[in-house]
Amino acid sequence: MSRKIPDQEYEKTRSFRLKQWLDGTKDPFIGNVEMKPQKEFAEDEQTVFTRKKEKEQRRERVYDLAHNWEVIGFEKGYRLFSGLFCLFLVVMLLIAVSYLPSYGHAENPVNNEVSKRYIEDGLQETGAVNIVTGMILDYRAFDTLGESHVLFIATCTVLILLRKDRKKDENGNDISVSDRIYEPKNDVILQMAARVLVPLIIIFGIYVVLCGHLGPGGGFSGGAIIGAGLILYLNAFGFQKTERFFTGKTYKILSVSALSCYCLAKSYSFYTGANHIESVIPLGTPGAILSSGLILILNICVGVVVAGTMYTFYVMFRKGDY
Amino acid sequence: MAFVQNFPFFSILLSLFSGSISSVLNGKWAKRLNVIVITTISILSAAVLAFVLKSGQEYVYTMGHFPAPWGNEIRVGVLEAAMALIFCVIMFLCVVGGVLERELEIEETKQNLYYIMVNLLLCSLLALIYTNDLFTAYVFVEINTISACGLIMIRQTGRTIEAATRYMIMSLLGSGLLLLGICFLYSLTGHLLMSNIKEQVDILHASGNYHVPLLITICLISVGIAIKSALYPFHTWLPNAYGYSTLSSAAILSSLVSKGYIFLLVKIFYRVIGFDIIKESKVINVLFVFGIAGMIMGSFNAIKESDINRMIAYSSVAQVGYIYMGFGLGTTSGMIASLYHIISHAATKSLLFIAASGITDASGKSKDFFDLTGAGYRNRLAGAAFTVGSLSMVGFPMFSGFISKLLFAQAAVENRHKILITLIALAISVILNAVYFIKTVIRIYTPEQNEVIREKGFEQISFWEQPAKSFALICFILLNLLLGLSSEPIIRLIELGLGMFA
Repeated sequence: MSRKIPDQEYEKTRSFRLKQWLDGTKDPFIGNVEMKPQKEFAEDEQTVFTRKKEKEQRRERVYDLAHNWEVIGFEKGYRLFSGLFCLFLVVMLLIAVSYLPSYGHAENPVNNEVSKRYIEDGLQETGAVNIVTGMILDYRAFDTLGESHVLFIATCTVLILLRKDRKKDENGNDISVSDRIYEPKNDVILQMAARVLVPLIIIFGIYVVLCGHLGPGGGFSGGAIIGAGLILYLNAFGFQKTERFFTGKTYKILSVSALSCYCLAKSYSFYTGANHIESVIPLGTPGAILSSGLILILNICVGVVVAGTMYTFYVMFRKGDY
Repeated sequence: MAFVQNFPFFSILLSLFSGSISSVLNGKWAKRLNVIVITTISILSAAVLAFVLKSGQEYVYTMGHFPAPWGNEIRVGVLEAAMALIFCVIMFLCVVGGVLERELEIEETKQNLYYIMVNLLLCSLLALIYTNDLFTAYVFVEINTISACGLIMIRQTGRTIEAATRYMIMSLLGSGLLLLGICFLYSLTGHLLMSNIKEQVDILHASGNYHVPLLITICLISVGIAIKSALYPFHTWLPNAYGYSTLSSAAILSSLVSKGYIFLLVKIFYRVIGFDIIKESKVINVLFVFGIAGMIMGSFNAIKESDINRMIAYSSVAQVGYIYMGFGLGTTSGMIASLYHIISHAATKSLLFIAASGITDASGKSKDFFDLTGAGYRNRLAGAAFTVGSLSMVGFPMFSGFISKLLFAQAAVENRHKILITLIALAISVILNAVYFIKTVIRIYTPEQNEVIREKGFEQISFWEQPAKSFALICFILLNLLLGLSSEPIIRLIELGLGMFA
């Protein structure tokens, strides 16, 4: 049973003192401990003068780079050490390579059941005449899915770094430095050559993309060719002409639809594969343009992403804006 | 095959897909999508963990129609599922906690790019955790590196761009060494799948062929990953990258990105080369020495710092040193201690970064040590959270840091040769940790005179002023207490998972 004690008695208990201390109404130190206010920190003129002078001298000694032996020694030592380290690394790696199985030998560990199946059954299982395409887009499609996102994220990082979104500064002045002032370009030789070359380059690029499963080529190389064609066109005719068909928005839509298409198509095939469900996508006759299941679509997706990436890189580095 | 078994694959694809979708959304919707995706993936990972615990065995999931050595596959065990769950939860809290700073520091038109980076970073972390194929691991290491660079430099100041450049150079060096190591392994064994490589490596080791290149491979991979996860002599990129980037980036980078690489290294040690061969190769002794050096030098550097963010960043160097020291002990209990420390450090370091930002908010955004005087009274929750984080780092009982230090000490006892040096290093490091963390705690609880507060314009920040940050802080404090007070089930989980690894 708790009972209320009179206030006077309560004020003597420990709990009251604890409460006071918690509330901050009474500090047990005040009055019991000797307290002196701190003296203001003051230096006489002489010490201030010597302190400043010493600081100045120290500063001069440190920044006198021609005679600062510590810095010179560090730099020389650094160069020497990094040279030696590189030499060590080179020698070590060369030694390691000399121990590796010799190149192209038939009994190397690399020539095992894995590559055997790729070479012997690749055509049958993927429907792609080009075994390499079959490997990267069907056997090991998960890696390639990651790889196409590497390109995508690289573009995004370049956009973060270089895209200029602020057109005006605080006073309303135009700060977007652009080389548009030099447009329209009238380099006749370049324009004439581009008029002939650009359609050819782009058509060749499309051919390389579309026939990736039939011969050498594929989305990565074809996309790079298309991107080069676009860059040539941009150089010859300037931004005004290219912006009629390729702006930042176009790139966004193209890359997102290509990547989503890739993701969805591969999700379907991963899901059915892992759950042992028969895939409904026909492989077609090997050698025909419409064959080898999803590979053609995936090649187109990769091609679009690569072309857009190249073009965007170029535009960003040139003026930071579409 | 149960439907739950698809969930790891769903979570990887979901985060990948949301990354590309975010590029056409505006900042607000990208944020919503990001929160939804991380929450969904956390739930999926929890379901996977429950499934694996119930069935009691690992399983492999074929990515596509072709079985493993030809196609890709992912492997799901207890440890993988647990790590995925913890990483998702911590990433969620980091993203939530830093929302205010993000909106202030990042241009509005670039907000959605931030969420692309976060989504793809999550995807790469999940893929690194689940993968059973070395080359897949490398592809996602690339994504991880690039997105981490983006996260650093999206706050566009000179310092962050310098830090991102430095990070990129060092990190690419690490990736290059890792790739060289993978190439060597491929030409020695002819496989990229982890379990197949292990079979071949066992045969090679038994026959004694290719001893030298195998040793060099182990060195290359260890050094590559050590550079990427900021082991002591390779830590120079770390303080600026963590100290100047925007809050949620700093929290994510320090708590998750380096840990993802370390988890990959554990995987390579156990599932690619075999821990016995690693032990025989003496590479772990080198890691042990550098780990110990990191524990001490990282703390020394932290003591010298007067910028609170950089101080916390340097403390990461010390904590990564702890993890590598655990590897260096070369025993299973050392490995368990390291894995526990990965989790505990991830939970504590992000707590510290977010709490430090709460404290600096109450000190007029100044990160200088002396301006923090009395900040614990001006922002009570952040002060309490910082105290919890500091006590955990120092190894105060009840918090997660205590358990990991206890585990390290116990593991050291099992190793006859390294017991003395480990215990001494632990003791010194704990004292050094206490020097700079407790110093800061005392500083934020030293009352400041009212005139100074008025003069400098410091504000009182209440709980409801920054609801997202308060929520994240409370969750982190609870997580820390959970890890510290009921560590037994988590340790058993790690033990079980490591058993499935070998």
